[in-house]
Amino acid sequence: MSSSTTNTTTISTAGPPSRRNTELAMLVFAVIIPVFAYANAGLALSDEMPSGMLSYGIGLGLLAGVGHLVVRKFAPYADPLMLPIATLLNGLGLVLIWRLDQSKRLAQKAENAGQVFAASAPNQLIYSALGVALFVGVLILLKDHRLLQRYTYISMVVALILLILPVFFPPRFGARIWITLGSFSIQPGEFAKIIIAVFFSGYLMVKRDALALASRRFMGLYLPRGRDLGPILVVWGMSILILVFETDLGTSLLFFGLFVVMLYVATERTSWIVFGLLMSAVGAVGVATFEPHVQQRVDAWLDPFAAFKTGGSDQIAQAMMAFGSGGVFGTGLGQGNSDLIGFAANSDFILATVGEELGLAGTMAILLLYGLIVERGVRTALAARDPFGKLLAIGLSAAFAIQVFVVAGGVMGLIPLTGMTMPFIAQGGSSVIANWALVAILIKVSDTARRPAPTPAPTTDAEMTQVVRP
Amino acid sequence: MNKPLRRIAIFCGLLVFALLLRDNWIQYVQADELKNHEKNRRVLIARYGQPRGNIIVDGQPITGSVETNGTDFKYKRTYKNGPMWAPVTGFASQAFDANQIEKLEDQILTGNDDRLFFNRTIDMITGKKQKGGDVITTLNGKAQKAAFEGLGDKKGAVAALDPRTGKILALASTPSYDPSKFAGASKKDSDAYNALKPDVDKDDPMLNRALRQTYPPGSTFKVVTAAAALENGKYTDIDGPTDSPDPWKLPLSTQPLPNEGDIPCKNASLRQALRYSCNTVFGKLGDDLGKDKMLKEAEKFGFNEEVFTPVRADASVYPEKMDQPGNAMSAIGQFDNRATPLQMAMVAAAVANDGKLMKPYMVDSLRAPNLNTIEQTDPEEMSQPLSSENAQKLQSMMETVVKEGTGTSAQIPGVTVGGKTGTAQHGVANSKNPYAWFISYAKGDDGSPVAVAVVIEGSDTLRGDIAGGKLAAPIAKSVMQAVLETQSDK
Repeated sequence: MSSSTTNTTTISTAGPPSRRNTELAMLVFAVIIPVFAYANAGLALSDEMPSGMLSYGIGLGLLAGVGHLVVRKFAPYADPLMLPIATLLNGLGLVLIWRLDQSKRLAQKAENAGQVFAASAPNQLIYSALGVALFVGVLILLKDHRLLQRYTYISMVVALILLILPVFFPPRFGARIWITLGSFSIQPGEFAKIIIAVFFSGYLMVKRDALALASRRFMGLYLPRGRDLGPILVVWGMSILILVFETDLGTSLLFFGLFVVMLYVATERTSWIVFGLLMSAVGAVGVATFEPHVQQRVDAWLDPFAAFKTGGSDQIAQAMMAFGSGGVFGTGLGQGNSDLIGFAANSDFILATVGEELGLAGTMAILLLYGLIVERGVRTALAARDPFGKLLAIGLSAAFAIQVFVVAGGVMGLIPLTGMTMPFIAQGGSSVIANWALVAILIKVSDTARRPAPTPAPTTDAEMTQVVRP
Repeated sequence: MNKPLRRIAIFCGLLVFALLLRDNWIQYVQADELKNHEKNRRVLIARYGQPRGNIIVDGQPITGSVETNGTDFKYKRTYKNGPMWAPVTGFASQAFDANQIEKLEDQILTGNDDRLFFNRTIDMITGKKQKGGDVITTLNGKAQKAAFEGLGDKKGAVAALDPRTGKILALASTPSYDPSKFAGASKKDSDAYNALKPDVDKDDPMLNRALRQTYPPGSTFKVVTAAAALENGKYTDIDGPTDSPDPWKLPLSTQPLPNEGDIPCKNASLRQALRYSCNTVFGKLGDDLGKDKMLKEAEKFGFNEEVFTPVRADASVYPEKMDQPGNAMSAIGQFDNRATPLQMAMVAAAVANDGKLMKPYMVDSLRAPNLNTIEQTDPEEMSQPLSSENAQKLQSMMETVVKEGTGTSAQIPGVTVGGKTGTAQHGVANSKNPYAWFISYAKGDDGSPVAVAVVIEGSDTLRGDIAGGKLAAPIAKSVMQAVLETQSDK
């Protein structure tokens, strides 16, 4: 980088400091905290340091280190907070999953059901490594996020395929959201949320003027033209189809919210929000009236403890009691009984373990960490200079925020449970890998946004007046 | 595009804020309610997470804890001589919760009580496991044994008190159950528990008959009626004749109130009337006094109110609403008049204690794991149903009953014993076997150390006051003897 002292242009090449060292310092904490948490849980569970302590620490440190080096090299101006927060959440998630692996109660339950109880933490560690590998891949291969713009329509097709595929696979736990290949299964919805954000960004960037301006005023609202309404109807229909055929309330909610947010940002028209809310309400109420799966969820939300009388699923009630038993400071890692929740304790309901063992303080800290990731994402969108980057960043951040809200709200009984996973913390390969990719794209956009403008090429004719000679 | 972006930022902030609010709501505001929710298994897990404190009688634990290898519960409750002590301890089961002392003093027994906070903190610092405290009862092991063995395979109950303090000395109920049999959470335990349910076992062994079953008190209630007569000045001379025709017709009725057998009841003195258990005399007495005075006296003895020992005893009933003949019938312990064995023991105790009724209790003190006493129950006066002078008159009458009346089988050589027999009819037109009652007290130089009430649900066809004297009195006698022996040992 050349010195700026001689620069006379109005655009400064100094730019914001790169903050890579800040990121490194925070990464150290993001590795040390989970390592201590691991030691803590191990001591509480068996009175001795867990045997995998060293390899866990080194593994997490390596993942963080590789991530950091790649960011330093390929996205030097990226936001310094995202990688450390993602590492911290992923590391804590591993500890929590490992802690639930030690549960005799869950092992007993699996045995009673005729299954083999397998520890989930080693798999999760492999998935985390894959996630970081994808993170690295995105940073290296994606030279500029605007490249994604080229794949607008391809992403739409891919997203549609990913969303429709699970219909052809058998349902698990009452929802068709998995693609199962032998013992290997992925949850395509997690990847689809990124791909669909890419599609929306590309599509809306092109269509935003038509959507925003070609409209008629009606009762104080700008109504879009019928043909511009087409795409929103398609997505509305798609989210309802997901709801009906895959009984996946969470994914359809996520896509709908994502689409409304991005339309609003692209068109700057409040009328799109009104439409969005109206249509989601119509869809949700319509489906809820004839879909027993959704009705059960709503009933369980209204009265979680009714399950003890009617014999339904008591997971929500168990989660609530886990939160309540944790109180303000929690029981301490490894000393709670959140495994009473049952089979989903390490996936959908992992936040209840946080609630019981780390207490109100720990849960709020985790929620604030998620809030920080979203905040950094929104900030990236604000700082991005190109509309595609803005839309992509806000789309991914909003998707992340909605997912966290829907899962945490469901587990804490704020809204009906929808069956999604807490990003980074919950056990689940697709989720961890997809969210690392999501963070990688956000980091890439923020790198472009914060990168100082390139030094203007030295003009050869700065000194001389051009003389036109005859 | 930045304006909508800022709004979306605010929207995302609101989402996070809503989560934080909700988190505070469930983990701070509602935390205690959820923590102690009846369906929260953590309560049970904590209850059996360490050896439970013991319930202690005569310095010896009657309970214990054994380590198990369950996933949820590390320790299981055991009971020594479970069936005998079940009416005192109640049960503590991993699968079926707990009751009576095990439930009421759970916080002490698990060691979670706030008053043990200091102990817990010390233990935590020194790295010791949490331990439960002990509950020291007022019971007398020998008296309990005498009561339980006396009842044998008959259906019935015994309650014995120390009249001077209100300490419960014996509390037996038969048929009984062994709480050890379902202390765990296995299939075997739940089978054992389900077999005890009243719809399976008609004898209802889990019913605590000494505290929770009310019976018509029959003639033993005549002691209360006599107390009402003395207290209200109806008669002052217990040996003077009463104004009592025989046969005597129930008021508003043509129905004569019969006496059991051919006994001299016409104008009999109070002493003779109690000695022979004259229905005519006491029926008329109750009628002469009227319902209000009878009700007032009965309530002074503790009727119409639950007693907490701290285990709850059902309220005995002297009906508040009834017609005149009903009152006369109630005065001889029939009609809707009902009493628990504990209540009748209280009646005998109040008389024996010169008219002062002490509040019955069975938990003497609570002890921390380090043997410090953290709570001591002090004897408490409940009421004064009769003056000391009248109480002594009544004592003299009750002693006559044992000396030469219906209760001779309760005589103990060298000891003054007062008592009253009773046989309560029940069932439509007396179709069912009657209940045999006996209430009594023994007296030494320094007041009376024991008052007993025994009831036996009719296993015998014997009628009349003979039943109370024959079936129930020997049990009362052996309980009193057991208490007197331990007194002289000291």
